[in-house]
Formats: sequence, structure tokens, C-alpha cells
Amino acid sequence: MINLPVFPIVIPALAAIIMMFLPKNVRLQRGLALGSIFVTLLVSLFLVHTVSQEGILTLNLGNWPAPFSITLVSDMLSALLVTTSTLLTFFIIWFAVHYFSTAYEENYLYVAMMFLLVGVNGAFTTGDIFNLFVFFEVFLISSYVLIVLGGKGVQLRESIKYLLVNVLASALFVMAVAYLYGAVGTLSLADLAQKIPLVDNPNVISVIGVLFIIVFGLKGALVPLHYWLPGSYVVAPTPILALFGALLTKVGVYSILRTYTLLFDVNGTFLQTFLIVLAVLTIITGMVGAIAYNDVKLIIIYNIMIAVGVILYGIAINTQTSLEGALYYLIHDMMIKAVLFMLVGMMIGITRSGQLREMGGLITRFPLFGWTFFIAALSLAGIPPLSGFFGKLLIVQGGVGEGDLFGPILVLISSLFVLFSVIKIFLNGFWGEERRQYDGPLIPFTNRLLVPVCLLLAVAVAYGFGAELMHPYITQAIEPLTQPELYIDAVLKE
Amino acid sequence: MEIFVSIIIGALTMCAVYMILSKSLLRIIIGTSLFSHAAHLLVLTMSGLKTGAAPVLVDGVTDYTDPLPQALVLTAIVISFGVTAFFLVLAYRTYQELNTDNMEEMKGTESND
Repeated sequence: MINLPVFPIVIPALAAIIMMFLPKNVRLQRGLALGSIFVTLLVSLFLVHTVSQEGILTLNLGNWPAPFSITLVSDMLSALLVTTSTLLTFFIIWFAVHYFSTAYEENYLYVAMMFLLVGVNGAFTTGDIFNLFVFFEVFLISSYVLIVLGGKGVQLRESIKYLLVNVLASALFVMAVAYLYGAVGTLSLADLAQKIPLVDNPNVISVIGVLFIIVFGLKGALVPLHYWLPGSYVVAPTPILALFGALLTKVGVYSILRTYTLLFDVNGTFLQTFLIVLAVLTIITGMVGAIAYNDVKLIIIYNIMIAVGVILYGIAINTQTSLEGALYYLIHDMMIKAVLFMLVGMMIGITRSGQLREMGGLITRFPLFGWTFFIAALSLAGIPPLSGFFGKLLIVQGGVGEGDLFGPILVLISSLFVLFSVIKIFLNGFWGEERRQYDGPLIPFTNRLLVPVCLLLAVAVAYGFGAELMHPYITQAIEPLTQPELYIDAVLKE
Repeated sequence: MEIFVSIIIGALTMCAVYMILSKSLLRIIIGTSLFSHAAHLLVLTMSGLKTGAAPVLVDGVTDYTDPLPQALVLTAIVISFGVTAFFLVLAYRTYQELNTDNMEEMKGTESND
């Protein structure tokens, strides 16, 4: 099955194109969206299986030989991330089916969500840096559609800022690609990895490396490039916020992981220090934000920044252990953030307010909802044996192994802040006195919404309990990162 | 020739940054479109300008212009064209909804909500 890597991109794209012609047929849209994503999920699980058996799969589009064509590369890293993002999109669309009114559904909601998945899967799979830019644009344009959907005043106001930041980041991405092409003369990641060490002037490569950090840092909301994140995410409706929070920032982090292990030699250079400083600042800013706000959405949004910082710290340390931890934590965080965003969205839906002081007492009417939130909260904070624990453990081990103590301690302290911020939501939102009557039609509605959330949480919990089973896959995913020759040989074979 | 184009790119970027930092929404959009023009010109310039014949395979011609940046820039232009069009529509809708195009009045502070 040589074409296997392209299916997770093509299946949702084809389904979305069909759905575009039938916007008013809501039932068909829902069925087609869920059905095609389920098929994509099966295909990507098969992809993971195939990659674990046969090693890295490559597909040269247009049948041109390797460095000249656009290559799609499915190594274990991209296969795992494609599977995770497809899984998330499946449950988020299921949630959205119950959550949104028909007015949203008739206005290309599912089409935009599917194209977002196309872009994200493509960005994870591609082996060509310009193609990465194109897939970035695919999911960005879908995200523009999703963020303005509804057209409220606040939403439009924040969309403008989101759009402006991303348009600038895209132009910078084109510039960075241009410089890279000018300096090295190729755009295929494998070919770049081979030729970059041969460039006469290594400082040029460092400058390009910093430019790429700015581009991916804008997507991944690294401090000081994070200002757009809280404002524009907080105005989006819940399922869209879940999709953005779980996928979009993580694509930026993945791109840093891929380029910094493959292209730019990080160990012991100025770039490593630079990345570590950015990671530490991101964690600190996230911690401050997470405990400062009383708005439940904003608390979880600042938790995104803590997670991004922790993962980036693992990437910057760049040893086998820390990279394993970073990947493990990345997959955990994608799932658990989606769960938490959906849960706080439901809290806002029930209490009609995002402020913690106007909530309270939810657990008497909604016990299942309350305990689901509690498990998700503990998992986010990394209480063993839930899924957040192992990633953080490996990152801390990696950091200490490299003789750095400040970073690991900060990562551990950040867990306390995360725990505090989510338990604050639990105590103020679920315990205490009921502020108003939460019964009537809300209870069956909440139960319907809880089904996809609980299933996704079950997967995340199983991911934590099955850490030992996942370990061979994670190790295989890290191999091409620590030994770039594997990646280069797989792409440029023959 | 490359130096001349580099100066143009610098000037375009300068104007773009000036426009983006202004308060009027329409100027900001013009700024972003100037900024992407600068990026596109940069892509074209990075491979060297006009160093050979058209990149068509003909016997006897050995010195070709690099066709790849032209393909890249075409893709990038199409994308930025689409995004700029979307941006303009969004700006118009925002103007209708909020009755202002002044970024000062679009801060996310509580007094404006």
C-alpha cells in the first residue's frame, strides 16, 4: 500500500467537497462528516500498524524522484499525530452535532472543520517545507471561516486580530522559506537535512532558524508571540475552541519539533539556549494567566500555553528521553485539552456565564458531568497513573540528565499551578450552592453532549494506563528525530 | 539587479510596517498586502534574477533560469490574494457590526464590550 500516507488527507477533503454542494441537507452533512472521519480514523490506525511493521513510508507525488518531488513522509511521529488529530476531530464533530443550531450547520460548519483536519493531517505528513506552508494555509483559512462563524460583534473584532497575526506569520514563513532556498537550494526536508551541514556560513542557518522559530512560535503561541491567543480563542463557540485549542497550537509545536531535530543542529548552540528561554517564559506566563483569571475559558486557554512551554522544553533539551516525553505529552495534551474545552463549554452553556463566581453547585444535578471534569482535571495536572504523568516524568528526567535543574523544577511547579487552576474551576463550579435552577430540558441535553466527551476521556485515560504498551511506538517515533539519517535514507532511497 | 530589487523589498516592507501600525483598518489591510508583495519578491530574488533562458528543455541551451521560485511564488500569490479578499470582506462586516474602523475602539477591554 504505497499510497497509504495520502489517505488521511484525501478522504476528508473529498467528503468536504461533496458536502459543500449540499449545505442545506444537515442530516447528510452530519452523516458524511462523521462517516468519512471514522473511515479516516481506521485508515490512520492501519497506517500506524503498517509503519510499525515496515518502517517509514514515503510517497513521491507525481512520481518524480525524491528530492525533486513533493514527498509525503509517514514516520511513526506523523502517523501517531495524524491518528490523534483524526480521533479528536471525530469526537468534536460528534459534540458539535448536538451543540450547534441548524443555522450554524447550514453555513458550512462541517466543511470548514473537515478542511481544518485536511490541513492539520497534511502538515503532519508532508516532507517538504513549502508544502508545509501550503497545508498551514489550508488549516488557517478553515480556521478563519470557523472563527467568524456566527458573526457576533465581539467575534468579528477578535477575528481581525487573529487574521492579521496569521497573515503576517504566513508572509514571514514565505520569507523564511525563500532564505532557506537561497542558502541551501532545496526545499525537501530530507535533502535540506543532508545539505545544511555543507553550507559554508553556519550563521546564515542560525538566522534562518530563528526566523522559523518566530513563524512557528506565532502559531504555537510562544511568549512573546502569544498576545493574539487568549482574545481570539475566547470568543469562539465551544466545539470550535476545542478544535483550535487541541490542534492548531500543536501544529506549531510539531513543526518546531520536526525542523529543529532534522534541519538545525541544536545541541550546545545558541539556538538551544534560545528555545529553552522561550519555553521557560511561556510556562511562566501561562502559570500567571491560569491562576489570574476567573473566566473558565481563559483559565484553560492559559493552560494551553503551559503545555506548549513544557513540550517545547522537552524538545529544546533534545535527548532521547526528553523527546519521548515531549511526544508523549503532546498526544496527551491534544486529547485532554479537547475534553476540557468541551466540558467548560458545557458549564458555560448550563450556567449562562463564563465567570466562576456566577457558577456553583452543578454536581448535585449533574454528578456524571462533575466527575468527568474531575478526572480530566487530574489528568491535565499529571496525577499518576493518568496520561499527563509519564510525559512530564520523561521530560523532567531528560532535563535533569542534561544537568539542568531550573527547567525540570519549573515544569514540576507548573503542574501545581495547573492543578490549582483546574481544581479552582471544580470547587467553584461544581461544589457549593446552586445559583439558579439548572433542570428541565438541560439534563437530557447535557447527557447527550457528555457521550463523546466521556468516550474521548476514556481514550485519554486508557492512553495513560497503557503507557507501557504505547512505549514501543513512541520510541519508534523518536528514532528519526535523534538519528536523522533514518529519515533521510527513507526519503532519498535508491 | 539583485541589489536594486533588494532595496525595493526593503522599501515595501518599511511601508507595510508603517501601514500595519496605523489605526485605520483599511490601511492595515493594505499594509498586509504590501508585506506579502515584499515576501513574494524576495522568493523570486533569492534564486537570482534572469540568469539564463526560459526553463524549457531544448537542445543546446545549458543555462536555465530556476523555475522553482516562480512556481512557489505563484502558489503564495494565490493564497495571499484569497486571504486579502477575505480580510476585506471581514473588515466591511466588522464596520457594519461595530460602526467603526478604528483599531483604538476595537481593543478587547471591558469598556468596549
